[in-house]
Amino acid sequence: MSTPVKQTSATPLGRPHAGVGDRFRLWWNAQSRPAQWAFGVPFILFIALVPILNIPVLTTVGTNFGAVMAQFGMIALIAIGLNVVVGQAGLLDLGYVGFYAVGAYTVALLTSPDSPWNQTGEGNWLSQDWAWLAVLPVAVCITAISGLLLGSPTLRLRGDYLAIVTLGFGEIVRLLADNLGEITGGGRGLSQVAYPQLGQTEANPGGLFSAGNVAGRINSGVWWFWLSLVLIMVVLLFVGNLERSRVGRAWVAIREDEDAAEIMGVPTFKFKLWAFTIGAAIGGLSGALYAGQVQFVTPTNFNVINSVLFLCAVVLGGQGNKLGVILGAFIIVYLPNFFLGRTDLFGIPINGNEIANYRYLFFGLALMVLMIFRPQGLLPARQKLLTYGRQLYVAARRTAKRQHGDAGTGDQHGTTGAEEVSR
Amino acid sequence: MSSLLSVGALADGSWLAVPAISFNIEALGDRFWSLTIEGLAYGSIYALVAVGYTLVYGVLRLINFAHSEIFMLGMFGQYAVLMLLGFSPSGNAYAEGAVMTIVYLGIAMIGGMLISGGAAVGLERVAYRPLRKRNAPSLVFLITAIGASFVIQEFVHFVLPALTDGELGGVNAQQPIRLVEQKEQFTIFGASVTNVTLIIIGSALVLALATDMFVNRTKFGRGIRAVAQDPTTATLMGISRERIIMLTFLIGGVLAGAAALLYTLRVPNGIIYSGGFILGIKAFCAAVLGGIGNLRGALLGGLILGVMENYGQILFGTAWRDVVAFALLILILMFRPTGILGETLGRARA
Repeated sequence: MSTPVKQTSATPLGRPHAGVGDRFRLWWNAQSRPAQWAFGVPFILFIALVPILNIPVLTTVGTNFGAVMAQFGMIALIAIGLNVVVGQAGLLDLGYVGFYAVGAYTVALLTSPDSPWNQTGEGNWLSQDWAWLAVLPVAVCITAISGLLLGSPTLRLRGDYLAIVTLGFGEIVRLLADNLGEITGGGRGLSQVAYPQLGQTEANPGGLFSAGNVAGRINSGVWWFWLSLVLIMVVLLFVGNLERSRVGRAWVAIREDEDAAEIMGVPTFKFKLWAFTIGAAIGGLSGALYAGQVQFVTPTNFNVINSVLFLCAVVLGGQGNKLGVILGAFIIVYLPNFFLGRTDLFGIPINGNEIANYRYLFFGLALMVLMIFRPQGLLPARQKLLTYGRQLYVAARRTAKRQHGDAGTGDQHGTTGAEEVSR
Repeated sequence: MSSLLSVGALADGSWLAVPAISFNIEALGDRFWSLTIEGLAYGSIYALVAVGYTLVYGVLRLINFAHSEIFMLGMFGQYAVLMLLGFSPSGNAYAEGAVMTIVYLGIAMIGGMLISGGAAVGLERVAYRPLRKRNAPSLVFLITAIGASFVIQEFVHFVLPALTDGELGGVNAQQPIRLVEQKEQFTIFGASVTNVTLIIIGSALVLALATDMFVNRTKFGRGIRAVAQDPTTATLMGISRERIIMLTFLIGGVLAGAAALLYTLRVPNGIIYSGGFILGIKAFCAAVLGGIGNLRGALLGGLILGVMENYGQILFGTAWRDVVAFALLILILMFRPTGILGETLGRARA
């Protein structure tokens, strides 16, 4: 039986000693949509500009900051996708890297000149003139289908069995990539994968997205980061709407108690399959980005240890919370790179390379400590009435204000927000 | 491109290549018995490690993901003991005759068992007990286990060489100390049986029987089964749940330590910080295959996995060995979702 992490339940409405996070959440949810946009858009713009602003301590020294942020963008996408599976539907997937690999290899097989599957010559189907952007939806579809194929036999298993089967799947995908040398190039991998051809100049023949574009502050990494930011927002919108729909409620029900959900008439298998497929598709999208960015795929990039690292990002950030898992992805990607090549921090001499080397040790310790003291992650998800969540917050706030305003007149306005909504 | 099958011509007459997976059935037939014996040797190692997974799962409903690292520590433990006895890396320990070999084997095995058992109990104290106190759900346990697995691996990777002047741990595998000189003892149906294989299968058999006796016949074993069946009632009946949990980890660790020594006999170059991972996953597969939580299931699952994977690697080629193991797991779970023997550690016995 899988018993997923119980979220700290009650909403902090009206609780006098809510934490900073709770208060911020309450304040945020009480804002109108335009006000939220007015705060949100500049914030997103700031995030987008971080890699080129060259902020002193923040900027990585040992590696190119743009490349780090590009990697963060991809891992953030993965974390969002894995969050659908683990955080929302409560299905423990330890082989998520398999979907990442399927997405990356789809792009590579369709566009790399090393691939045997695009040798039908100019003008034919399966030729090498597929553009990266044209392959992207193909990669997403194929990964979604692979999720469906893996999910339909295995999702009848529960909890721990599912975890080990998905782990096996992740390993099988990597081993297939390694062993089917005639197609995937085996350990040599596939090189010269396509990427968006945009803004070719004489100084920069490959275009803005080419791995050769390393000069200057706005290099290919930054462009890939911006592209992934756009994709993240699209995916967030999609996933967020799903979460607030019947599908999302079904996922929560399955996560909290699968048997109870089934009894209440939720077709659990169908919705689990949906979660798996959607999660897989997002993983494939990220894999396609990855293949385009590094223009080269080999099996070693898709080790099971990466699956575990992705899971770390989700758990660290707070499973079930989309912003949380993005934060988790940032920590996983950024922290090792932050220390790489750094010799002093605020004047204190440190051996950054050593610290970066030890990253798995620190991640492991962080996970253990976090699970003891804050198992819900850094930014925990709060359970709220999903469909009416917003109205409820607004109504509750209004009521609270009114109560505050005429406290002397007694209790006749003392309706709770929930009642007001239900009326 | 001879090994490529071509299916269906495309519009212009070119071919889309798909790989042909060749079945080398002849080789399987020729070498059936030697493959079986070899598979049983690997399988008994899997079985011993699988017992650790299965017992902990039975009692705590927890995948002890870090058990593979307990096994890995066992390999280092027996190596350290041999070094303390004065053997140098790449040295041979079999020069002093059969009796001394057995003595050294015993000492090394006990060393590995102690290190692994101690590490398993320590892991339980440090990582899992605080979570149990907080009544954490099972996903939290699993993630802690993953974290612990990282920590132990990286400890051996980076910290251990610093502590031992580079003698133990680090990036590379340890230079093997060979305890037993591989010699053919006799043949069964034309398949040679070496002394290494005999030692592995023999010791595993003895340990498996002892564990089975312990769990099914002794007072402590009854305690383990009681806690697995119903922790609350077991506590009411005067069984200390904490002690039983510790005992369970200890048994699992000790068996993993023994398996570690047997594994190093078979694969002398396998002593490396990352060496436990895949073996651990496969042992877990074995436990699931037999029905996790079921002691005899783990033993059976280990043997089946070892043998089948050995057949598979001849049928499809060595590179497909792990694929065969995982595919077998998925297949069996599809048709028997609770494994071959089912989950029955807690089932009442007369």
